[in-house]
Amino acid sequence: MADVLTFTDSGIYCPAGAFYIDPWRPVDRALITHGHADHSRWGMNRYLATEAAAPVIRHRLGEITLDTIRYGERRQIGDATVSFHPAGHVPGSAQIRVEVAGEVWVASGDYKTVADGLSEPFEPVRCHAFITECTFGLPVFKWLEEATLTAQINAWWAANAAEGRTSIIGAYALGKAQRLLTCVDPSIGPILTHGAVENTNAVLRAQGVRLPDTIRVTPDTKAALHPGALVVATPSALGTSWARRFGPASTAFASGWMALRGVRRRRAADRGFVVSDHADWNGLNTAIKETGATKIFATHGYSAAFQRWLAEEGYDAHIVSTEYTGETGDDAEDTTLATDTTTT
Amino acid sequence: MKDFAALYARIDESTKTTVKVAALAEYFRSAPDDDKLWTVALFSGRRPKRTITATRLREWAAERGGIQLWLFEESYGIVGDLAETISLILPDATGGEDKPLTFWIAEIKRLSALDDDARKVGILNAWDSLPGPQRYLFTKLLTGSFRVGVSRKLMTRALALATNGDEANLTHRLMGNWTPDTTTWADLIETTDPSTDLSRPYPFYLAYGLEDLAALGPATQWSAEWKWDGIRGQFILRSGEHHLWSRGEELMTDRFPEFAQLRDFLPDGTVIDGEVLAFRDEVPLTFNALQSRIGRKTVPKKLLIDAPVILMAYDLLEDAGTDIRALPFADRRARLTLIVADAPDAAPLRLSPSVSFDDWHTLAAERDSARDRHAEGVMLKRLDSPYLSGRKKGDWWKWKVDPLTIDAVMIYAQQGSGRRANLFTDYTFAVWDGEDLVPFTKAYSGLTDVEFRQITAWVRKNTLQKFGPVRQVTPEHVFELGFEGIQASPRHKSGVALRFPRMLRWRHDKPLKEANTLADLKEMLATYG
Repeated sequence: MADVLTFTDSGIYCPAGAFYIDPWRPVDRALITHGHADHSRWGMNRYLATEAAAPVIRHRLGEITLDTIRYGERRQIGDATVSFHPAGHVPGSAQIRVEVAGEVWVASGDYKTVADGLSEPFEPVRCHAFITECTFGLPVFKWLEEATLTAQINAWWAANAAEGRTSIIGAYALGKAQRLLTCVDPSIGPILTHGAVENTNAVLRAQGVRLPDTIRVTPDTKAALHPGALVVATPSALGTSWARRFGPASTAFASGWMALRGVRRRRAADRGFVVSDHADWNGLNTAIKETGATKIFATHGYSAAFQRWLAEEGYDAHIVSTEYTGETGDDAEDTTLATDTTTT
Repeated sequence: MKDFAALYARIDESTKTTVKVAALAEYFRSAPDDDKLWTVALFSGRRPKRTITATRLREWAAERGGIQLWLFEESYGIVGDLAETISLILPDATGGEDKPLTFWIAEIKRLSALDDDARKVGILNAWDSLPGPQRYLFTKLLTGSFRVGVSRKLMTRALALATNGDEANLTHRLMGNWTPDTTTWADLIETTDPSTDLSRPYPFYLAYGLEDLAALGPATQWSAEWKWDGIRGQFILRSGEHHLWSRGEELMTDRFPEFAQLRDFLPDGTVIDGEVLAFRDEVPLTFNALQSRIGRKTVPKKLLIDAPVILMAYDLLEDAGTDIRALPFADRRARLTLIVADAPDAAPLRLSPSVSFDDWHTLAAERDSARDRHAEGVMLKRLDSPYLSGRKKGDWWKWKVDPLTIDAVMIYAQQGSGRRANLFTDYTFAVWDGEDLVPFTKAYSGLTDVEFRQITAWVRKNTLQKFGPVRQVTPEHVFELGFEGIQASPRHKSGVALRFPRMLRWRHDKPLKEANTLADLKEMLATYG
């Protein structure tokens, strides 16, 4: 039987439906898992994404032909039946299930198995073949309990506020920033946001996502008028003149890479909180197990090690090279965010 | 160990010295004496030696973590730190009663005396009971690799704050070869007079690189001498016993048996600051010659003949048993001159000669000849300055000659570890030999974090082949490398070895083909080797 999905130079392709999933080169028809820049790109003739993901994608890509679909809704494209299922990565993010003649493949995009109170919780989808990311596909990556993490962040903010310092935290403008907004305790102080974050907030609020009150930082913003504030900024804004306007401040990064001491220290922030919108080692393994799939394709991340691990666990495991970047600790993170900033 | 782990976290998390000092001072005010003593020992580099092999620890951690050893190794490659990899890979701790730092250090000692099976049981129990950060620190201590991001100077400042002590006095007290097993908190910090320990060295005075010659004022207020390329050493002769200390406070007495004869030639109660140099026919040999003596606990006769050493004396800290560090440099130097002059020529002791100069212009010209004299440049010392402790600006400056430079092509890259884990920071460079690129040196430092990030991204996309952790990359980028010296070396493919190679800048402007050649290197070897 022919493969339901194939891997091409332009992206993941379904011959039976003549469509691509998260392509990185211009194609006719693109099914998009979520709005992050490495999955949702310019130049496709037609886009299909979940209703919840569509507003951000439109906000970022502008005038595009975009059709939407509800989670779980089945749609026929050529000889393929497709449906989108929550991936728990960011609001609106989806795994895409593709069925052709009884054979089911799932492209998971980026995913996180633990509920974060913001994204639609991850839903395991039974399939024969599963395409998985493995950004954090090594056993050293194990996330903290959500409650412990929240307590750490709130304690840091409260201590800074008590000592008259502003708290500045760097996080992706889409997803992680809102997740922080959802988990922090707004009674500690006012919450200020970087323009790129606030633009995404506005899009999400308009589609009904509940976020606490935030104040957009503008050139006229005076730190003195917002004592004890928490500033949610893009990571690339930390250490710049933009961040210096807040005077005495404690800085922090929120990223899965903060689990590693070396990376934490290199970022030269006061704190590093281990917050990721990707699955950790246990999350990846649980997710794969729950699909019931025997054939696994590992894409971006520690794919070589993860493939070998899966093969030793008895899976028919393969490595696929894609142009997705996932959550990068360094360079590419800033590059992606530079894109975010230009949309402000 | 909870409070010690909390202290470590506060220091590790912060980049601000005020925060680090405050955290330490608070700890020194509240922790039990034994824990404080161990903390001072650990923070001044007195860590217990590793007694259990890293191989065993890896195996046991992988087994407990339920993974194969290869996956442990992969993870280690990414994390870049063995103890951290172990503490991350193990299942969550089951917890237990909190025990002090001193308990765990004693436990490490106890385990090292047992056989492998018993050690394993003990270590697995410790790993199981210690939560993440404590488990990391325990394993760091176990592997003998405990380090902390706070200098000894800051630790001493915190100690002074917490005990209302004098910083300079405390710095002196902390010198020498004490360990928590040979002293107590009270003896070390509070009661005993530091001078009762006959081997105890004085804190070294360290110079900064010269920033602004014009700011030094009139040349007449300064003395200059050559900056030697050897090992800084403090020679102590008290009550007929001699000791030689390195700047890193290591006792080097046995490594350089030549200096035993100085007992016959120097007055008792003498402490000299100087440079240990390999030296023959009144000329310093290359650092390579001295290198053969470093790291050897005992010295075979042949080496004593091939690489004889002397102490190039440049300061006198103790004269006739009296601490004279507060005297002006000119006075100390005058006394030193007399002492050295009294010793016969056969003694392994020389006075570091003064470089005479009337104005800065003359000195600059002298400095240009440093390389010919096997020196790295000149040292400037203010004539009326006391001998300070630690790195202080103002009275001593080092003024090095400009490095030798060469433009080379990056051909291999390797990830760093620790703070540089995940970044490609260690490069191998090559020069042209016809159409071939011949590797000749590695370099690790000199670029900004931003440049390291750019190169890391580039390396990921331009890897030709992987050899374990090393990546062969497309020859494309040219770097200007600086180095202090060049030596013939049969061990290297290129036939040369460089001293202190580092990257001076990334030559974006330089086409690949215009990098230097092996012939250029050979020419430098002929001139400076």
